Amino acid sequence: MENKIQLQVSNLKKQFGSETVLDGINLDIHKGEVVVVLGPSGCGKSTLLRCINGLETPTGGTVSVDGIEVTSSNKKITQIRQKIGMVFQSYDLFPHKNIMDNITLAPVKVQKRPRKEVEQDAERLLKRVGLWEKRKAFPRELSGGQKQRVAIVRALCMKPEVMLFDEVTAALDPEMVREVLEVMLELADRGMTMIIVTHEMQFARVVADRIIFLEGGKIQEESSPEEFFTNPKTQRAKDFLQTFTFEKRKTNNI
Amino acid sequence: MQDSGISVLFMGSNFLRLLEGLWVTVRISLISVILSIPLGILFGMFMTLKNPFSKVISRIYLEFIRIMPQLVLLFIAYFGVTRAFGWNLSAELSAVIVFTLWGTAEMGDLVRGALISIPKHQYDSAEALGMTKMQTFVYVVVPQTMRRLIPLTINLTTRMIKTTSLVVLIGITEVLKVGKQIIDANRFDYPTAALWVYGVVFLLYFLACWPISILAKRLEKRWR
Amino acid sequence: MRLNLEFMAKYLPMYIDAAKLTVEIAFWGIVFSLIVGFLCAIVRYYRTPILHRIVAVYIEISRNTPLLVQLFFLYFGLPKIGIVLSTEACAIIGITFLGGSYMAESIRSGFEAVDKVQVESAQSLGLGRWLTMKEVVFPQALAVSVPGICANVIFLIKETSVVSGIALADLMYVTKDLIGLYYETDEALIMLVIFYLIILLPISVVASILERRLRHAGFGN
Repeated sequence: MENKIQLQVSNLKKQFGSETVLDGINLDIHKGEVVVVLGPSGCGKSTLLRCINGLETPTGGTVSVDGIEVTSSNKKITQIRQKIGMVFQSYDLFPHKNIMDNITLAPVKVQKRPRKEVEQDAERLLKRVGLWEKRKAFPRELSGGQKQRVAIVRALCMKPEVMLFDEVTAALDPEMVREVLEVMLELADRGMTMIIVTHEMQFARVVADRIIFLEGGKIQEESSPEEFFTNPKTQRAKDFLQTFTFEKRKTNNI
Repeated sequence: MQDSGISVLFMGSNFLRLLEGLWVTVRISLISVILSIPLGILFGMFMTLKNPFSKVISRIYLEFIRIMPQLVLLFIAYFGVTRAFGWNLSAELSAVIVFTLWGTAEMGDLVRGALISIPKHQYDSAEALGMTKMQTFVYVVVPQTMRRLIPLTINLTTRMIKTTSLVVLIGITEVLKVGKQIIDANRFDYPTAALWVYGVVFLLYFLACWPISILAKRLEKRWR
Repeated sequence: MRLNLEFMAKYLPMYIDAAKLTVEIAFWGIVFSLIVGFLCAIVRYYRTPILHRIVAVYIEISRNTPLLVQLFFLYFGLPKIGIVLSTEACAIIGITFLGGSYMAESIRSGFEAVDKVQVESAQSLGLGRWLTMKEVVFPQALAVSVPGICANVIFLIKETSVVSGIALADLMYVTKDLIGLYYETDEALIMLVIFYLIILLPISVVASILERRLRHAGFGN
């Protein structure tokens, strides 16, 4: 792994009204590193990603990508967003555009790259995720898993330096989860810098270089996946992992 | 304003006369709404019948009433019916008839919309519980449609009040007409009276309709 | 009922002229309503400070007063403070004042029907405000707005009948004239109904076809 710091979060705070969602997050992410953020619902995982991408304005602290600070200034933020790709939980493809147009929209209109070149990139990426034949289809003709794979391709086509995944498999039928996770695993193997929020524990264990455990707006634990899953240091992390096994047992019993 | 036409409003009983004029249109709309509600409920139920004959009849009625400007309907009732059947309808009675016919069509469509919005499984489960058709209607259908209908009916009232302003054009002495009389009577003393009088009429209509709209909006929000 | 066909033929050209006037007034009123409505919807959607309050007040006033009263104020009231407008201008301004708020509400409900995640994913792809509106929000909003806009178009054409109240020689005015002058009531009224049907039926049919098509082709995920 290279040692260059790609993304730096320092003392990030976010409040919604009187509620503190993020309470001083410090995080350095190196180039090519895959960080998985775990934590109970409402712990601020999604807010963290949204602050990194500038969708939420932090109450305090800074986020910087490649040394450039993410601000709410309109000009700069669109430049930084081109360096950061994000995939959401709900299918966020544009329903009125076909798959190809979904993918080429931003590279052509925002980055002003020649359409030919963008389409070549799109072809390569779509082939990689096995959806080249669907290039003329509209989002409503695709399954949930296919839509999420297209959403990943759409983000990749901007040639981002960091990819953010916000519970991208949470809304999927179980049999489609795998095809999306495979794409993400491959991306990790190719050296993409990634921050992943997920509830898929097995996947987290395999894909992560580092696990961040977030609760109450603070990083409670930060360790390698091996260590986190076999020997969590904090009681909170233990409880969290416990709820998982408990939930699992319960569903098996019904 | 040098001649301060606004003072016209406070001369004698002028302001009271305007209010009386407004009451004429509000009265016509209230009577029409009150008649439209039961008739509209019946018409709405009639529209949901599976009978093709009733469907065609109600469709034609609804479409004709809806596509014609209300003013055209008023003209037909006031000028046309009088001649065709030899009835001598007063302007106010023709207005009530027209607005009731219109209100019945609109109300009927609202009722139909509310009735068909109730999912089929509601009827199925009522039947599974052994309820009769009447019981299903009274205990299951009516309470669910009410919440949808009440805000929409209140809204219909404001539309009615606004639309009844048209009756001045078939010669009913309502607020605009009274306004004109006041302006004419003071044409020489207060040449700018028209601005103030019509401005006040404008405001009066707003004050009549706005609270009702707000009420409808509140109920709609709360009951959804 | 026996119709005086000769009478009808004689006054047909008058009705055609009146219908032209009705269509013309309605057309410009609708065009300006769409422009005003679109601008107001944008202001409401982005919650532009101050402006968004002003627009809210305008919408309430416009929706809670009758067109006839609006027209009386414009036509008889405003000249008293030196603002003299032609009858046609008054009619078009009146219809725009009324229609602008109806269009604004229809268009805004379209904007608001577009899922928030659509805007966010556009932003996360680096699309600025303008591109997000043009490429993502507007096309989706339009599909939702069109039925409402069509209903408003029909509503506004019907409302145009009110301009006879300020002595504009539209279909209503001509009819009233003929009834008053010649007592050929049935003929005048039948021509009135026929002309309104000629204007409104095709639009209503097109509107319901459009609505059905949009509902079936809905983009929905």
